Amino acid sequence: MLRIQNLHAGIEGKNILNGINLEIKPGEVHAIMGPNGSGKSTLASVLAGRKDYEVTDGSVEFLGKDLLDMSPEARAGEGLFLAFQYPVEIPGLSTVNFIKTAVNEIRKYRGEEPMDAVAFLKLMKEKMALMDIEKSLLTRSLNEGFSGGEKKRNEIFQMVMLEPKLAILDETDSGLDIDAIRIVANGVNKLRNKENGILVVTHYQRLLDYIIPDFVHVLYNGRIVKSGPKELALELEEKGYDFIRNEVNVEETA
Amino acid sequence: MNDGLSTIERTVSTDYKYGFVTDIEADEAPRGINEGIVRFISAKKNEPEWMLEWRLKAYRQWLKMEQPNWANIKYGPIDYQDIIYYSAPKQKANAKSLDEIDPELRRTFERLGISLDEQKRLSGVAVDAVIDSVSIGTTFKKQLSELGIIFCSMSEAIQEHPMLVQKYLSSVVPITDNYFAALNSAVFSDGSFCYIPKGVRCPMELSTYFRINAENTGQFERTLIVAEEGSYVSYLEGCTAPMRDENQLHAAVVELIALDNAEIKYSTVQNWYPGDKQGKGGIYNFVTKRGICQGVNSKISWTQVETGSAITWKYPSVILKGDNSTGEFYSVAVTNNHQQADTGTKMQHLGKNTKSRIVSKGISAGFSNNSYRGLVHVSKKASNSRNFSQCDSLLLGDKCGANTFPYIEVRNNSSVVEHEATTSKIGEDQIFYCNQRGIDTETAVALIINGFAKEVMNQLPMEFAVEAQKLLAISLEGSVG
Repeated sequence: MLRIQNLHAGIEGKNILNGINLEIKPGEVHAIMGPNGSGKSTLASVLAGRKDYEVTDGSVEFLGKDLLDMSPEARAGEGLFLAFQYPVEIPGLSTVNFIKTAVNEIRKYRGEEPMDAVAFLKLMKEKMALMDIEKSLLTRSLNEGFSGGEKKRNEIFQMVMLEPKLAILDETDSGLDIDAIRIVANGVNKLRNKENGILVVTHYQRLLDYIIPDFVHVLYNGRIVKSGPKELALELEEKGYDFIRNEVNVEETA
Repeated sequence: MNDGLSTIERTVSTDYKYGFVTDIEADEAPRGINEGIVRFISAKKNEPEWMLEWRLKAYRQWLKMEQPNWANIKYGPIDYQDIIYYSAPKQKANAKSLDEIDPELRRTFERLGISLDEQKRLSGVAVDAVIDSVSIGTTFKKQLSELGIIFCSMSEAIQEHPMLVQKYLSSVVPITDNYFAALNSAVFSDGSFCYIPKGVRCPMELSTYFRINAENTGQFERTLIVAEEGSYVSYLEGCTAPMRDENQLHAAVVELIALDNAEIKYSTVQNWYPGDKQGKGGIYNFVTKRGICQGVNSKISWTQVETGSAITWKYPSVILKGDNSTGEFYSVAVTNNHQQADTGTKMQHLGKNTKSRIVSKGISAGFSNNSYRGLVHVSKKASNSRNFSQCDSLLLGDKCGANTFPYIEVRNNSSVVEHEATTSKIGEDQIFYCNQRGIDTETAVALIINGFAKEVMNQLPMEFAVEAQKLLAISLEGSVG
């Protein structure tokens, strides 16, 4: 469903991604790991269409369409979702109202009728139970005054409400305690089925104890330098990123 | 950003929806102002001698005054001799009932979304329709009069209720209060008059719709609302004007009087023509609005949504004279392109235990300039008084300006005054976040500004809140994205 080929991208003339190749098939969960500055968040941002980043080479195909040619809102309409590392606050806009607008804008994009208030509330109640989220959180202004954990749970709640085809989680585990990680993972696992793809971007292995990936990729200096099964994550945890650095440097000097 | 421009800086066009002109013959005064013109207007209205004297006194005072220049606004000199001070659409001599209103005028108001047909009106709203210098009709008069409520044009009030008018006119805004109030007193031609008798809760929203139509004219209206003991009224005004290259002057005076235990809620949705994108044309809006909480436990609340005018100079104020009285000011002022707004309020605490609350939200875009100017004055005798002020500014882009000028004077030790102010920008981050959820940029901006203005919008009567929300979004359409 997602095919990234030779993707080069950067910001303000500085290259960050130096030829990424990655394919995600329906039903697969991929994890991207890597040290700070390796380009993990850049990759997530480029896929979602953040304007600050410039793509200099390569292509990305999403469900048969040229992803890079689409506006960020069209990408969302096609079924791409990004759980932000730093969700923004919008004072005075209730979370419920925001999600309802998002749901209906995406329906509009797909040529579907807007969901009425009754149907929306029903859907919301269903998903609230799933995510163990309390109503008071949803009536508050979007992310305003939310704790780190509340923000991340809200991201995942939006994800289960929007039911994307491909979900990208950008360091969703950072700053979360173990209970919050469990709740987040639970939400993600509910989305997991034969049709959907999930891309988990993370620095640490511990989230992958709860979201078991099919593939693990190691990003270093803007390239995927190593791919493997879920055990690769454990190996990284054990040996640290230095072992990758050494391996890569050996290859490069060889 | 790929083309070197921030999305927020990109300004594209939106058309002012109400910019059309109605082609109707007008009965006009010659250009310019002098004693003869003041007499002409008074004679046109067949006014009693005391009214003419009152006007002449104002005119003579005005001649001695100077245009104020302390506001944070810039504009060229206004040629007061180049303005037409009286213009009335010609229609069959004094329409006796709403059915006799010229169909062309009726259509004008239909196009503005104001139906003068009582059957078609929102059942909860009575309207006084003012075009240029005169009121052309007031709806639901009969139903209201059964409760003893007087709701009519100012001209009619001078004829039919002279005692009330004489008692209250200029009792809150003296004729020499300021340059524009003096000018208004000399040449005002119409406006609305409301009187709510003792103990009556007005069952519907009262509203006046002001429309400038004729070219080169100024509009000078006068509104007077009196709420007797224990009464309540909610009043709303709306306004629009055609698009013209010349600036047109609008200088209104509004006076509110609340007696013991009375409450007046006054809401404005101001959408005068703001001028074009280069800042050409538009209305100069110099308005004096003031209410007095004359009686104990009385309350006056101003809510304004200001989206129009090239220049807005306006400070709806409350004199808190009665003990335990309350004054409120809720404002959203939006400026785009080259608009300038200097607006705020004055809360004058004179009585004991008086309370005031100020919530001002300024939104600036384009090359506009938006200033909040407010005074909270607590006198020596106003013990145990409280004020809370909050002034927030939201900037779209980096070519616009926002300023806050709060003045606080407290003359006793038992009162508490609090002031909070913030300035923020709509960030690319907020817009991208919305985009990523499938929400396009226009909708995202509307969500963000409506969130920002929510506290004020919540104060508007239900019938108008939705309309005002749309208006906010329209005024900024194209300023992002």
